[in-house]
Amino acid sequence: MNLTLKIWRQKDSKAKGQMVDYKVTDISEHMSFLEMMDVLNEQLVNSGEEPVAFDHDCREGICGMCSMYINGEAHGPDRGVTTCQLHMRMFKDGDTITIEPFRAAAFPVIKDLVVDRMAFERIQQAGGYISVNTSGNTQDANSIPISKHAADEAMDAATCIGCGACVASCKNSSAMLFVGAKVSQYALLPQGQVEAVDRVKNMVAQMDLEGFGNCTNTGACEVECPKGISLENIARMNREYLSATLKG
Amino acid sequence: MALDSKVPKGSIKDKWTDYKNHIDLVNPANKRHIDVIVVGTGLAGGSAAATLAELGYNVKAFAYQDSPRRAHSIAAQGGINAAKNYQGDGDSTYRLFYDTVKGGDYRSREANVYRLAEVSTNIIDQCVAQGVPFARDYGGLLDNRSFGGVLVSRTFYAKGQTGQQLLLGAYSAMNRQIARGKIEMFNRHEMLDVVIVDGKARGIIARNLITGEIERHSAHAVVVGSGGYGNVYFLSTNAMGSNATAAWKIHKKGAYFANPCYTQIHPTCIPRSGDYQSKLTLMSESLRNDGRIWVPKNMEDVMAIREGRKKPTDLSEDERDYYLERRYPAFGNLVPRDVASRAAKERCDAGYGVNATGEAVYLDFASAFERYGREQAKIHNITNPSDEKIYELGQAIVEAKYGNLFQMYEKIIDQNPYETPMMIYPAVHYTMGGVWVDYNLMTTIPGCYCIGEANFSDHGANRLGASALMQGLADGYFVLPYTIGDYLSTDIRTGKISTDSKEFEEAEKEVTERINFFVNNKGTKSVDYFHKKLGKVMWDKAGMSRNAQGLTEAMAEIKAIREEFWKDVSVPGTANEMNPELEKAGRVADFLELGELFAKDALMREESCGGHFREESAELDGPQKGEAKRNDEDFAFVAAWEYKGEPADAVLHKEELEFKDIELKQRSYK
Repeated sequence: MNLTLKIWRQKDSKAKGQMVDYKVTDISEHMSFLEMMDVLNEQLVNSGEEPVAFDHDCREGICGMCSMYINGEAHGPDRGVTTCQLHMRMFKDGDTITIEPFRAAAFPVIKDLVVDRMAFERIQQAGGYISVNTSGNTQDANSIPISKHAADEAMDAATCIGCGACVASCKNSSAMLFVGAKVSQYALLPQGQVEAVDRVKNMVAQMDLEGFGNCTNTGACEVECPKGISLENIARMNREYLSATLKG
Repeated sequence: MALDSKVPKGSIKDKWTDYKNHIDLVNPANKRHIDVIVVGTGLAGGSAAATLAELGYNVKAFAYQDSPRRAHSIAAQGGINAAKNYQGDGDSTYRLFYDTVKGGDYRSREANVYRLAEVSTNIIDQCVAQGVPFARDYGGLLDNRSFGGVLVSRTFYAKGQTGQQLLLGAYSAMNRQIARGKIEMFNRHEMLDVVIVDGKARGIIARNLITGEIERHSAHAVVVGSGGYGNVYFLSTNAMGSNATAAWKIHKKGAYFANPCYTQIHPTCIPRSGDYQSKLTLMSESLRNDGRIWVPKNMEDVMAIREGRKKPTDLSEDERDYYLERRYPAFGNLVPRDVASRAAKERCDAGYGVNATGEAVYLDFASAFERYGREQAKIHNITNPSDEKIYELGQAIVEAKYGNLFQMYEKIIDQNPYETPMMIYPAVHYTMGGVWVDYNLMTTIPGCYCIGEANFSDHGANRLGASALMQGLADGYFVLPYTIGDYLSTDIRTGKISTDSKEFEEAEKEVTERINFFVNNKGTKSVDYFHKKLGKVMWDKAGMSRNAQGLTEAMAEIKAIREEFWKDVSVPGTANEMNPELEKAGRVADFLELGELFAKDALMREESCGGHFREESAELDGPQKGEAKRNDEDFAFVAAWEYKGEPADAVLHKEELEFKDIELKQRSYK
């Protein structure tokens, strides 16, 4: 298929960006979206132009590095996939595709489609851990039974890949699905209880400090999340937060 | 320099404990004055960085990604081995040790492997304490699954995302130390050289990938945990950015590179579909627990399937060749990876491949649907269930176990694997070879350590499933933090290492000159052009089976590609900005050297062992006819190569392998 691409080009974080049109031809429907971008970039390199910078790494939907906003949707029109797993069979010959970076005040553009997600790092550093040193003397892994249900729910929350699609999809640029997932993982496990109060307070405080907006329950994040992280995690975080503030 | 593995004396069971009791320690007050650089933040680097910081060292950690959480360990699916014996099926430290040495085709160092098996149980305890949500059974205890090449169930897992969960555990431990200021994290930075001062590794030169700035970083020791070199094949299951540059740079500065030819070609990957393909996708080996691998028995059926006249589900049981079950009745579909891969290649080379490229076999879950379905029907007291009901109940169980893998397959291939068998084909996955290290995990450069997939140590010539995660975390959490103390104990009076020395200046100059060369070369061909060309030579001549003629040709061809690369590579953009093409150019330049050494090593090793299959060395008759033939008399050694300029001139050093606790046998899975 032949396609027109409208791509956001921006030299660096200070430069003013703009949409630029490109044409690609003979795209196979079996290609992934990023392989289509490879074709474009090979074309640009061969004509001496600078290729489009975009984040990507594992190309199997798990590292969370890729972050394109395609035709107005984070990771494009398919559901339950990252950009690297989006396939060209979702598009038609002659289509015009608009490709932008994830947009949020807390995710400044570094170059073209590459954004800075350090805000997520700082939120994790504020409390996204259990304080246990490595010793080889922790108790046996089976000494605390955890119900299968709780373990499975914790796993569902922990499956977040930290890509930021939730933020990019939210009209408030809220990071509550991301933070809620981490808070939930630990809240559902006995190991997470000891630090539960401080964790949720610190992570939420950092989230606010980074300039992410609040949740107004539109649910766009859940729809666009490539890993299907559920809104329940936001509700659980709110409960944890409320109970933490009451505990002082 | 003679190779000294520094394996401690004593019985294998006591070596590690005795050794730990007698090595020098650094007192907590002194640790505050010692800096350690960790390059790479996957399972090995991330766990090492966190643990060293917990101990009190000042850690500087480097990742080329925008977060440690994105290292490619994240993509490991199936699980992690540990000799917990929670299933009561006879597992033990010795058995894990034995399986790993045997699985590695007797080409690993006994003492290292025993230690690995010994600390494996600590890893599970540690990860559970960190909040890693491993799969559990209904009683609330940890669940296990089995993996290829072993007869017990010792693999712990978190759905099909075990690597992700373990990495996020190590990442959380890192975050705690970053928050405390004990780890200084350098995201989007790439190490471009190691700096040696007075014979010791004392720092690195790194490039800030956002600004292009070249930076000097000093430390008392440098730890490289930068992963494997599978991307030398261009197409592999590695991440696009996975590279050998850090490992190769230390090799060029004096670290020997061991067994580069030991590569694992993983049997269960999604087949390739076209020339545009940028990477191959693996599906966990755990699928072989429940999936049965087959191709049609008759050539007419192969043709009918390829032409779309028949569907695989149209073939009756006796029209199918379950070739692994046929050839290896004892292990069946759970033979080790190298054996499964070669068997698939054998069938496809014979013309029985089931897709258009002729490079695919079926992985079929129909019998698992039925088996689980009947079991569930019993559990739910459904009498006389219909076939549809059984299928439906069985599918639900398979979905719970492998749902994400089935979904991934469907997204890529656009076929529903619940309705039709999956198609799979082997792909490059893991590299057992790597930087040579002694028992302390130190390279031949004093003060320079290498951990995880980047080193050569524990898997011999073939890695068993679910052992990579085990080794990465063993090295980072439980081995390196001890052994590095022994070395650093002599450094307590050294003080801060200055970056103003002539050694730093020279290293920086070299790095800058190379970068400037690339951006000014203005050639006519892209970096990927050369990378793909290299990959094709590697796959065709140093892939699943190898011979002397092909390897000799490969060496010459790779050298020619390298020469063309340095003349004609085109790198747009400038040095002082984010420039992905420039990053790739540096990595491919290193792969173009490593590839040649790889072929040289494969040519030297005139035996078949593990992932290295030499066509000249196969059993000619008897029950093992056609199987790989190892040569213990002449090749029971680690090949450690010393850099001498051109890869062809590398000098071989041998570390003879002694097997005191395990008898060398032919690896039979029949």
